Amino acid sequence: MKRWLICLLFALGAAGLHAKEAAPLAEDELTEKRMVAISSELRCLVCQNESLAGSHSELANDLRREIRTLIKDGKSDGEVMDFMVARYGDFVRYRPPLKGTTLLLWFGPALLFIVGLGALVRYLRRRDLAVNDSPLSAEEQRQADALLQAKDSQP
Amino acid sequence: MNKFLWPLIGFIALVVLLAVGLNLNPRDVPSPLVGKPAPQFALPQLHAPERTFSPQDMAGKVWLLNVWASWCVSCRQEHPVLVELAKNKSLPLIGLNYKEVRGDGGIDMDKIDAASEKRMAYQRANGWLQAHGDPYTLTAMDLDGRVGIDFGVYGVPETYVIDKAGIIRMKHTGPITPDIFSGKILPLVAELSK
Repeated sequence: MKRWLICLLFALGAAGLHAKEAAPLAEDELTEKRMVAISSELRCLVCQNESLAGSHSELANDLRREIRTLIKDGKSDGEVMDFMVARYGDFVRYRPPLKGTTLLLWFGPALLFIVGLGALVRYLRRRDLAVNDSPLSAEEQRQADALLQAKDSQP
Repeated sequence: MNKFLWPLIGFIALVVLLAVGLNLNPRDVPSPLVGKPAPQFALPQLHAPERTFSPQDMAGKVWLLNVWASWCVSCRQEHPVLVELAKNKSLPLIGLNYKEVRGDGGIDMDKIDAASEKRMAYQRANGWLQAHGDPYTLTAMDLDGRVGIDFGVYGVPETYVIDKAGIIRMKHTGPITPDIFSGKILPLVAELSK
């Protein structure tokens, strides 16, 4: 009986411990959400096609921990972003700021589109001019009629 | 003639653009730290754990900071170049050992406490330098990689050239080859030492 009581006590104790651990987790939900939001905007430098939020690399782990610490220290999202950019450069941001060196990056695709559109319009206009109305000669008209009639008479 | 001229010019321009793009090294991310003061830190030294090293100690000198670890394969590749450079004692070479234990993917960090991590790190780093030669004036131990983050380290090995005023003048990511050393680093050091 005594043994059972002790077991029960331990079980209750363990349950109590569990409850204590859960509390900070709930509190951390906001930190975690902000961390994920920020790190989704950042490139992982080790696996450059992955975001910092999605990468399993060692460095990404470290940086996510660093971001958590910064958030807990009361830093704003902007300040966390500045921290990362100061160390790794604009390259870590998936949406780099608009400035002289990034103009081509931001507007290059639109520029290429406009050039392509211009070329297409030019080409179509020229083709239009090339196939401009050239009326059939009498002989051609006769041939065309003959062909059409031959087709009509078919079943 | 004119009909094909513009498409041809466009095609050549595209080929040139793609060729340049393909030949760029995606690992070579320009560091925003170049031209800025080296981040300050104080870390214990490998050969004298009771003493710390800090970049201020090098004020007035042009020096190299080389980030390395025994688990880093490319470090082995560049090591002979560093050993060669160390023979000429005029250029101080400081090692920054980066995450010696926890950077090694093969070690389960959950099973190791801080004291054993420290012991292991010093053992491994010392063993590696004994086996391959120690080119470093001294090595500072960055066990958790926190200083590495301040330096924007993302791939070991990395090498920084720091001037007399403590400003980072150049960063090289990846192993130093003899070409890079004699072609880029040495001329810059000579220029900065004037």
